[in-house]
Amino acid sequence: MSDTQHDVEPPEHAIGQAEVAAIDATVEGDAIPEAAAVEGAGVAVDTRPPWWRRLIASPVLMTFLFLVATLVIFSVLAPGKFNTVSNFHQLALNVAILTVVSVGTTFVIATAGIDLSIPSGIVLGEVFAVKALSFIHVGSSTAAEVSADQTKLWYMLVALVGSLAAGLILGLVNGFTVGYLRIPPMLATLGSLGAGLGIALLMQNGVNVATYALNPVATGQLIPGLDNLILIALLAVVVGYVGMHMAVFGRHTLAIGSSEEAARRVGLNVERHLLKVYTVGGLASGLGGFLSVAFFSTTSLAGHSTDNLSAITAVALGGTSLFGGVAMIIGTLIGVWIPAVLQNGFIIVGVQPYWQMVAVGVVLILAIYADQLRRRARNMR
Amino acid sequence: MAAQDAAAPDGAGSARPGEVPALAARTVVKQFGQVRALRGVSFAALPGEVTALIGDNGAGKSTLVKCLSGVYRPDSGTVEVDGKPVTLSSPTDAERRGIETVYQDLALAPDLDAASNVFLGREIRRFKILHDQAAMRRQTAKSFADLGVGMVQDLRVPVASFSGGQRQSVAIARAAMWAQHVILLDEPTAALGVIQTAKVLDLIRRVRDRGLAVVFISHNMPQVLEVSDRIEVLRLGARVARFKKGEADVDQLIAAISGAFTNEVAA
Repeated sequence: MSDTQHDVEPPEHAIGQAEVAAIDATVEGDAIPEAAAVEGAGVAVDTRPPWWRRLIASPVLMTFLFLVATLVIFSVLAPGKFNTVSNFHQLALNVAILTVVSVGTTFVIATAGIDLSIPSGIVLGEVFAVKALSFIHVGSSTAAEVSADQTKLWYMLVALVGSLAAGLILGLVNGFTVGYLRIPPMLATLGSLGAGLGIALLMQNGVNVATYALNPVATGQLIPGLDNLILIALLAVVVGYVGMHMAVFGRHTLAIGSSEEAARRVGLNVERHLLKVYTVGGLASGLGGFLSVAFFSTTSLAGHSTDNLSAITAVALGGTSLFGGVAMIIGTLIGVWIPAVLQNGFIIVGVQPYWQMVAVGVVLILAIYADQLRRRARNMR
Repeated sequence: MAAQDAAAPDGAGSARPGEVPALAARTVVKQFGQVRALRGVSFAALPGEVTALIGDNGAGKSTLVKCLSGVYRPDSGTVEVDGKPVTLSSPTDAERRGIETVYQDLALAPDLDAASNVFLGREIRRFKILHDQAAMRRQTAKSFADLGVGMVQDLRVPVASFSGGQRQSVAIARAAMWAQHVILLDEPTAALGVIQTAKVLDLIRRVRDRGLAVVFISHNMPQVLEVSDRIEVLRLGARVARFKKGEADVDQLIAAISGAFTNEVAA
């Protein structure tokens, strides 16, 4: 984490004095000093800002410490109940689907965009999955006819293709309206949120369908001891990390979020890239729908209406800037856990779980305020 | 005419005969509706020289630069690169021909570090889809060192935390790294303080000393006299005067800008 490119410590105080003295300071080859570039200019000043400033400068660290603190507090308050393997296992299962979706939406938010259509992506993913199954005569439109131990791999693949197709269509629509028609993302995806949910309800006549054909996707264990659902969530984080922080795709995503004009001037095709980014978001939602059917054995047409807000909360808690240009996939992973741990912990220690909503709201506002402080401190010069 | 113009000495002996302009405009006309922004303007920038482009607001400087950098296409007249007429269909096309432009603002992505900005859109890749950040950082550091860009800061820091002068230096160094022929600078020091301006002017000289043609728009006459090898004055969409280093003083430049002086036969 410490060497992600955005994990920075702005040496604000030093620059002003050093700049004058260091007109000809050179930086050589490989030996780019981490924090001590100023020394190379022969100016001996303490460049390290106070510890609290460094903490604010690293949002991932701050969020991580908050998560650790909550884990410690609940472990102390409910020893033997909160800090058990089975409880953490349950927590991991609970957050897995949201993790997949949030990784996708991190890319959207990195462009200074937003995707409110996540619930329709998930629900359409569910509906397309069961439709794809009934298309190959697996299950019926009302009840499950395939139990988990009768299912076949290719049933699951067909359902997966269905879900991804749903996500692809939604993502392309979002990307087209945002990227090419220049409709503000919040409104473009608000529109596709409603339209997508409506289409899902129309396709199902408003009735949920159950199927057990996909259960092994969620509860099977390709790696013994690790539920597939958790494995898939981890894979999503890895793919998201590589895509955001190591791939040219992520670099261009961040550049567009940072300054669309600058990206355009270096010749990036901003419209096409936005199309791709929203497609990534749509595919992640569609995959979330697939996993949701697999895990709950049923579509849940009304069960995801606030998943968009949960995902955006997780991304923002994780230090990805809603103003674009800065994104942290690891932060998103941590951000997904905080609301889940608070909820779970409050229930276990006997606090009204509604407090979780209050706590998450407060933490979210603090996180975004910290983001603004960072930007202000950085842009002051 | 532009090619000969550039080579033809207006002060005997001092010009380099036969030198072909790296970038030239020949009787370029550009009209926006009823407004004739450029009425047959000619212009030439020689390699290894800083050519200043000056003129009052509305004289057509920015329009000319946009014609030279591929943003606009002239209604008539030609743009020449190395003496050959070309059609610049886009800024990217101009970049392919070795012409880089530095704008006064909005040139960098503030959240990305210097190396990422320098290589934005032209990343060094590994396995086709990944970027090789270490290599890009190395090359950036080397090229900044060669250009004498005093990066007092870590190359990992977002450029948003740089001063205006440092940001402009990064933008110019980026252009210098990629430019094969020409760098166009549209008021690069307009927003800078005194020391930062001096540093940017130093950098412009070093870029010139590498053999690139530098075209430099500025409103600051002492600055123009300080850094330019050649000064071309626009007025009302046409060139009205040309000077070489040492031929003009501030009063003469202002006279040319305001129309009181000309040494150019109208095109």
